[in-house]
Amino acid sequence: MGSSLLVQVAALARRSVLRTVRQPAVMISALLFPMMFFSINAYGLDAAARIPGFPADSYLDFAFAFPLIQASLFGAITAGADLARDIESGFFDRLSLTPMRPVSLLLGMLAGIVALGLLQGVVFLAVGTLMGVDVSSGFFGMVVIVFFTVLVALGFGGIGAILALRTGSVEAVESAFPLFFVAIFMSSINLPRDLIEADWFRIVATINPISYLVEGIRSLVITGWDAQALTLGFGCAAGIVVVALGGAAASLRTRAT
Amino acid sequence: MGGFFWVAGAVAGRQIYKYFGNPAFLAPALFPLFFFVAFAGGLTRVGDVPGFDYSAGYIAFQYVWALLQAVAMGGAFTGFSIAGDFENGFARRLLLAASNRSGIILGYMIASLARVTITGALVTAIALIAGIPISGGYDLFGLIGLAVLVNVAATLFGAGVAMLMRTQQAGPVIRTPIFLVLFLAPVFVPLNLLRGWIEAAARLNPFTTILDAARGFLAGEPTNVLPAYAIGLALALTFALWALFGLRSAEKAG
Amino acid sequence: MGRKGGIEVEDLVREFRKGPRAVDGISLRVEPGEVYGFLGPNGAGKSTTVLMLTTLLPPTSGTARVAGYDIVKEGPQVRASIGAALQEAALDPFLTGRDHLRLQGALHGLPRAERRKRGDELLERVGLSEAADRRVRGYSGGMKRRLDLALALVHRPSILFLDEPTTGLDPQSRSALWGEVSRLARENGVTVFLTTQYLEEADVLADRVGIIDQGRIVAEDTPEALKAEIGRPSVEATPMNPEERDAVARALGRFGEEIPAQPGAVAVRLNHGAGDLADVVRALDAEGLKVSNLRLDEPSLNDVFLEKTGRSLEGAGEGEPKAEAAQT
Repeated sequence: MGSSLLVQVAALARRSVLRTVRQPAVMISALLFPMMFFSINAYGLDAAARIPGFPADSYLDFAFAFPLIQASLFGAITAGADLARDIESGFFDRLSLTPMRPVSLLLGMLAGIVALGLLQGVVFLAVGTLMGVDVSSGFFGMVVIVFFTVLVALGFGGIGAILALRTGSVEAVESAFPLFFVAIFMSSINLPRDLIEADWFRIVATINPISYLVEGIRSLVITGWDAQALTLGFGCAAGIVVVALGGAAASLRTRAT
Repeated sequence: MGGFFWVAGAVAGRQIYKYFGNPAFLAPALFPLFFFVAFAGGLTRVGDVPGFDYSAGYIAFQYVWALLQAVAMGGAFTGFSIAGDFENGFARRLLLAASNRSGIILGYMIASLARVTITGALVTAIALIAGIPISGGYDLFGLIGLAVLVNVAATLFGAGVAMLMRTQQAGPVIRTPIFLVLFLAPVFVPLNLLRGWIEAAARLNPFTTILDAARGFLAGEPTNVLPAYAIGLALALTFALWALFGLRSAEKAG
Repeated sequence: MGRKGGIEVEDLVREFRKGPRAVDGISLRVEPGEVYGFLGPNGAGKSTTVLMLTTLLPPTSGTARVAGYDIVKEGPQVRASIGAALQEAALDPFLTGRDHLRLQGALHGLPRAERRKRGDELLERVGLSEAADRRVRGYSGGMKRRLDLALALVHRPSILFLDEPTTGLDPQSRSALWGEVSRLARENGVTVFLTTQYLEEADVLADRVGIIDQGRIVAEDTPEALKAEIGRPSVEATPMNPEERDAVARALGRFGEEIPAQPGAVAVRLNHGAGDLADVVRALDAEGLKVSNLRLDEPSLNDVFLEKTGRSLEGAGEGEPKAEAAQT
């Protein structure tokens, strides 16, 4: 009657990847804009490395987490918007008429996010290295960075999926983008928390889980192997993934019935 | 000539009415405000970098950029509005009805200025709460004058693009160059502390001189005033011609 | 009814939170292999009925069995037996026609080799072989509809639901789709449940027609029987010389009773149907009566609708209830 879960996920993942690859504008945005912002940010704030107590020799190394986090966010919003578009257009209904298990659609979407996240991680590391970023944790650290990026992308992707499944509206999903953007900036993305002077900002950055994601990646670049930063970073990422994917699965059950 | 101002007044009136009927008119202020809060809040220690000697402090340093960003984005949003008017057919009606079509451009410009008065005041109010110094006299007007020129230039640029393209696709074409001009400048630190390619880009960027002068006004230490105003006026004039070019193109398309 | 290919509906109701009942207790039966036309204006409840029968929308009350399976309790089995081409040709603009068929085949559990073969076969059948590797965003409305139909047939369903399949299509594409639907029913024995607002479509394609208005079935039978119920054809003649009106009335009076006509014209309902027309012409000629206009009017399904509801079918609808779109 139907196909196995694996076959279904593979077919839907293939579709996710094809869709992304066939939209050069999306691919270029996903790869180019984060690098552009990184470049402007890193060189614009180069002088910040001279702040007493700054933890790195170069702001370039310090800021390298920025494009990775930002890219994960863009990827999640794009994938969420695609899912919302499927719902709006009736494509979701079409798929529901097949023996497709609803969870396959979610897994297929996430597979697409993972694929893009992998590509972004590798490309950014390559470009970053050419720009002069020095990853203290070496090659294995780079592998971990890519893995971490994918994990973060999964977490954000789950949030994107929740928005899409709950609202069924592309506009609603895309309007979440500014909120995510604000959340990224209200973190330790630009300066370490102990160098944030404004108390209220430092408190927000301390509560904000994105700070720990950023600090996890950053530690691999500027420190090497910092157990605390990595534990907190991975812990946060895993937590977001669990909550987001759980929420997405619940939202899917509501939508599919 | 009566037709020119009459048309401008009518267009401006309609735009302003549209703005104040919808809270979304504040939208151009949102990102500048956000960046102001994020940078002024999160990056204050950058003011401790050796060589950073802006006397008004880091918050004021960021405020000026946020203000100019807000007025520039106000111009961009006016461009989006014009593009929308073309797409929904309203602009065609305007072109048919207007006795002097150049007045249409002036009308949009006036409306844009009216909007940025409010959005600029909003950004300033937030900055005052955050603790920027208030200086009066010529310096304040000097700063306002530069802000007006930036808005006028951005509005005319956006108008030209919108009238050439006449669809919502004009959005990214308007937004991206303005965005680049705003960011390829001494955003986080003064020009003397920039290094690498961004220093080169900032030196070439005409906006840098305007930003520098504006910051000087706020600190009560005017600097590069004449070059800044000259550049501002030159940009305004250039984009006025650009806007007229766009208008002629729209007229020909019917 | 056997499990294979029929539809049985009993007192099906669908209510939405706000607004009237979209479907207000319909009962119908479609035999295996039959083409059933569900005809009604916009907002009559056609699409809502299809959504329920295809298990995409739960009914508020009532029961239905599709291919012998209950739509509420045996949803997966229903879905395995049906194909559906719904109102919006819901396609992914970035995938090609072939990609769509491949995806559909994979989801239906077809082995890889068979997916390819079936895809090629269906593309050929709906005339999309040449466009198969082009992205759907470049397809015309007619092509999208054809792909939609192909996708509905991938797993060889015994029942096909078509919701307004030719709305918005040019006459050529419409004809082509009609041909394909007829062939499916005739050659493959597929049961077709077709909703439409086009009289001609129902007339041409359907073995039986159910006319729905405001959520209820107001008439149901073969198109011919429905029209015959309304009445026989009539003929209307306009004399060239207005003074000969009475003479024309007398000549025509032999063929049936007089009925209201346009000013200056005479109309009678023909006792023996359209076959009398030749005799009418001969009678007028024999009396030396010249007419400037002679018209034969046959009852249409619109007349049936008019008779049953007091409104004309064309332009009668208001659009499906807004709540229907929010089936979230």
